[in-house]
Amino acid sequence: MKVVGSVALNVFKESVREKVLYNLVLFAVLLIGASYLIGQLTAGQDIKFIKDLGLSATAIFGLFIAVFIGIGLVWKEVERRSIYSLLAKPITRVDFILGKYAGLVLTLFVNLAVMTVALYAVLGAMALLGPSALVAALDAPPLDPRLLLAIGLIFVELALVTAIALFFSTFSSPILSAAFTFGLYIVGQFSADLKRFEQVVDSRAAAWLARALYYLLPNLAPFDIKALVVHGQPISAGYVLMTVCYGVVYIVFVLLAAALVFARRDFK
Amino acid sequence: MKQNGLIFAAVLVVLLGATVGVEVIRDHVYGQPRPAEAVLYVRSGEFLKRASLANASLFADVYWLRTIQYYGGTRRSKQSGKRYDLLYPLLDIVTALDPKFTIAYRFGAVFLAEKYPGGPGRPDLSIALLEKGIRADPLKWQYEHDLGFVYYWYLHDYRKAAESFRRGGDVPGAPWWMRSLAAVTYGKGGDRQTSRLLWLQLYQTADNEWLRNNAQLRLAQLDALDQIDRLEKMVAEWSRRTGAPPASWQTLVQAGWLNGEPLDPAGTPYVLDPRTGRVDVLPDSKLYPLPTEPGAWIPPPPS
Repeated sequence: MKVVGSVALNVFKESVREKVLYNLVLFAVLLIGASYLIGQLTAGQDIKFIKDLGLSATAIFGLFIAVFIGIGLVWKEVERRSIYSLLAKPITRVDFILGKYAGLVLTLFVNLAVMTVALYAVLGAMALLGPSALVAALDAPPLDPRLLLAIGLIFVELALVTAIALFFSTFSSPILSAAFTFGLYIVGQFSADLKRFEQVVDSRAAAWLARALYYLLPNLAPFDIKALVVHGQPISAGYVLMTVCYGVVYIVFVLLAAALVFARRDFK
Repeated sequence: MKQNGLIFAAVLVVLLGATVGVEVIRDHVYGQPRPAEAVLYVRSGEFLKRASLANASLFADVYWLRTIQYYGGTRRSKQSGKRYDLLYPLLDIVTALDPKFTIAYRFGAVFLAEKYPGGPGRPDLSIALLEKGIRADPLKWQYEHDLGFVYYWYLHDYRKAAESFRRGGDVPGAPWWMRSLAAVTYGKGGDRQTSRLLWLQLYQTADNEWLRNNAQLRLAQLDALDQIDRLEKMVAEWSRRTGAPPASWQTLVQAGWLNGEPLDPAGTPYVLDPRTGRVDVLPDSKLYPLPTEPGAWIPPPPS
């Protein structure tokens, strides 16, 4: 466990060295700039817009970090040949994979935490300075604590994407890994269509295959509750819990697969 | 080394300044570039929803910005023959991307139905948009209120207006006056008091500056109609006593009937037609033209 922690901390430090956290500055500028300009344009929808923008930017920035860093996590060590010195130390390949994964998830967590604070700060300022009649007319309060639910599910989704990127990174080049990860991310947004495939095709085999793919491929759409939260719609605790549970189980599955592939790789 | 850096920075500043200079000269000589015609390349909200990859709500905001800019730009445009062709498709996309985008339905309800040149004068599209809103959120009584309002104010169809107000009143959490509104509209049809109540409700519940300003204008127009009624009565009384309408407001001021030239709620003098005795707002007034008022309910003849 200590070994996993050391590897994770190194990944985090490396992310900081590679100026990954600079995206936070961009995020803050985007939100503050938008909050200033949007008030003039959205005709009373500025808080909704900032919530949408903040949540979407959190998810998109996080996605790029998860994919573009995740795909290089293992590949970089192999390319630099530092993998030899690493594996010569008392560290198992499984520890190595878990450490790399935990490090990137930590980076994502810090990113999301700072973005959340920035989002609440901007919303708080807007609620304070905006006309009270408009604030009162909103579907949900500006500083709605349920925004944390949406961000929490974004985090679990990103952790799953990170695991997928890491999995591809164990045996493929960064370009292919990025293509595969983005591909699965996009498919994951539409997997509900696979479940309904039998409504559009007559072939039972095709429908069965589509149904099987629906269960096998990551289903990322349920992690998106942004619109519900922004409109103050009810979200049951059971739904959130089940979605988190699904994410965690899928992450464990992908990490095990990554560890298995990596354990069988021959570096000679 | 440091000097080279400074020279390099200075060259950069000069080049940037040069681009600005060239652009200023070009605009001065050849005129400002004409803004591109508003074009909506993708008209399917469902497609955009899928293409947004879990960011449909943000896409809806972006299209909402376009809607506001499009409507505002067209309304303020001084061009003759301006059109609002994209207003409904834009609102349709916004509400497809985010079916809970309340303000888009309410904005569309008023401004799609608004008579040209203030809007496209398409109450049928207002109704289509509001019915879409009711399907998306049947518990939103405001949509039924707005639907009734469109039937009442723009189409003068009091039976359908009353039905909408009644349906809205049946929604849990709807205010008590929705049922009263239904009863009054069903019984009497249109009157100024009901019109005032409807616009006041719209003014008070609108979470949008455009809607609020429009409702404020309508309320001022209704006040102007009240004042015009009083002034026309005064003119009629003068005609009865003297045998002819007054030549101008000055006649009534000199007779002590008025303290001064009467002004409409926007601060512009009313115009008096000395031949007919009719009073109206001036075309210069912000309130011009006054709306066609919903009339009283005329029951259909028995078949």
